[in-house]
Amino acid sequence: MVLSLSKDTIQVVKEQDTVFLKNRVKETATRIKMGLVNQTKLITAASELVRNMLRYGNGGYCDIEVVSSGRNNGVRLTFVDKGPGIADIPQAMKDGFSTGRSLGLGLPGTRRLVNEFDIKSTVGEGTTVMVIKWANG
Amino acid sequence: MDRIPILRMGSFLLVTIQVDLYDRLALTLESDLVQMVNKTGAKGVLIDISAVSIVDSFMGRIIGNIASMSKILDAETVVVGMQPAVAITLIELGLPLKGVHTALDVEKGMALLRTMIDEDPEDDQEDIEHGPVAE
Repeated sequence: MVLSLSKDTIQVVKEQDTVFLKNRVKETATRIKMGLVNQTKLITAASELVRNMLRYGNGGYCDIEVVSSGRNNGVRLTFVDKGPGIADIPQAMKDGFSTGRSLGLGLPGTRRLVNEFDIKSTVGEGTTVMVIKWANG
Repeated sequence: MDRIPILRMGSFLLVTIQVDLYDRLALTLESDLVQMVNKTGAKGVLIDISAVSIVDSFMGRIIGNIASMSKILDAETVVVGMQPAVAITLIELGLPLKGVHTALDVEKGMALLRTMIDEDPEDDQEDIEHGPVAE
């Protein structure tokens, strides 16, 4: 059972918004006393996901939440875009696959950096990616 | 538009990244740096990332690109000062930064650059030898 304790929504439509988003994620992670290594992993994950959202989904918004499960506190990030969607999610989750000209590490790499990862996508409607990083996870 | 300054130090170029990079800034740095290598004929590039708290797959790729482009232009690249948390994250992300030389700090990076360039002893010493003769 994951409870949401606070919620912050940030619109992302241009590249400079990503700097602001990363700062807010850092603030939130610091507030729940997340260690530096986990903070770095979380912000790197956010950086990958927000780039995907801008590049492939024409922007969208991100919810930053402080969540709690039992005695564990963590940060949940939900990235929502109304882009073209992903037709084949298992393929997109493979290392080295990219429809752009990138390394294809964004999604599979992000999954390795966080504790919980969930992706939902409908072609023509958009994509939602949810990640959770526990403070001591 | 924001730009990251590139300093010239003898036959080396020195770049200290003091801000968290966003994509366009990193791309500008890549092209500026490669042009500077070409213009100055630098033999080495030292990139200090001690103030960078996040290196994601895009930034990692740019660092790799800078190293390979400089290599083609006959300059070595050394990345120094990576924070431990960044190193851990890079490996988990799946980006081992192959082909990029690294050193712990600027001093060690400079020493590494010098040894790499001394491997082919030519112009520098010749210049010094010929200097007094011409007088």
